[in-house]
Amino acid sequence: MSFLPYAIAAWLFVVGLWGVVASRNLVRTVLCLTVVQSSTYLLLVGIGYRSAGRAPIVADIPAVSRLVDPTVQVLVLTDVVIEATVTALLLALVVQGHKRFGSVDPADFTTLRD
Amino acid sequence: MSPRARLGLFALAGPGLLAVLVIGFLGLPAFGDYHGVYGLVVDGVELGERHATDMVTALNFDVRAFDTLGEEYLLFASVVGVVVLLRQLRGEHDDERGEAEREDGEGGERDGHDGSEHAFAGASDALRGLSLVLVPMLIALGVYLVIHGALTPGGGFQGGVVLAAGPIAVLVAGRYLAMKRLAPDWALEALEAAGAGAYALLGLGGLVLAGVFMKNFLPLGIPGHLLSAGSMPLNSIGVGLEVTGAFLLVWSEFLDQALLVRRGADG
Repeated sequence: MSFLPYAIAAWLFVVGLWGVVASRNLVRTVLCLTVVQSSTYLLLVGIGYRSAGRAPIVADIPAVSRLVDPTVQVLVLTDVVIEATVTALLLALVVQGHKRFGSVDPADFTTLRD
Repeated sequence: MSPRARLGLFALAGPGLLAVLVIGFLGLPAFGDYHGVYGLVVDGVELGERHATDMVTALNFDVRAFDTLGEEYLLFASVVGVVVLLRQLRGEHDDERGEAEREDGEGGERDGHDGSEHAFAGASDALRGLSLVLVPMLIALGVYLVIHGALTPGGGFQGGVVLAAGPIAVLVAGRYLAMKRLAPDWALEALEAAGAGAYALLGLGGLVLAGVFMKNFLPLGIPGHLLSAGSMPLNSIGVGLEVTGAFLLVWSEFLDQALLVRRGADG
């Protein structure tokens, strides 16, 4: 089952996407978007793995050891932190929408009537 | 968009996604079968070139420093968006005195009787004692992670998040207004802007002192020592300050909405 990490990433993506499409609560939509982003992290880190490779820190192992790819780890670690703030931005939109329309159901978000 | 329209759109796009997934899985290499070249080159070269022992942070703040500049400003823009969206609207006001009255009552006897739906339940003495111990530990761990970015797993992004958890432990103890005094909004905004500006200034320093934007221009030092890897620790500190300020500002804004903001008569 050497493709298991990729299968899990695909499963997370599909489940999260279904949640975004079919949810009736905007907070749940935002959190399902977070699930979709998690699937991309798993995929990226899984791509960078070398079999029998070690973490790319050479402070205590010789520099010629077999190391995994650090590039994808950089992409994932910056993205985790930035995703949190982008999720916060989306949730701020939901908060203001709730104040305006009184509910978090996207079907209740009619066009502004002012 | 009505739920039916969304489902209809997904029914159109779903088979395409399914086809891509099937084709992708049929041609998948085995897990661990790594073919890329860039990662291997960086692994072999970074220790000699930049005297850094943490390849991930060396990529983040040196080889791909320009990319990190863009990502850092992405973070900055998101936080500006949150602050602008959750600003005080016409007809709302900050109810700090009401919150102070709620907090001054002893924990455990609060029942939300004052009509506000966001009365904080208060914290037991055990929780307060625990957060008293947690605050210095979190701040120390965060500073360690930020400064040792180029040596061991860590760096600005990771350490900044741990640093931001320090004042949140004060909130956990039930003292929201004490947390606001510890980390007032103007200080957080200044901290975040200082971190973002410091990173860009380091890049300009590379341009002025070494001829290339974002080039490592400080002496490289001995690998494994604290003052090594050139300007990487400074980059790390800049990003750490920015991430700390960003997370605390975002949490402050949301907590203000939940605990302080009260609608006026025309809200």
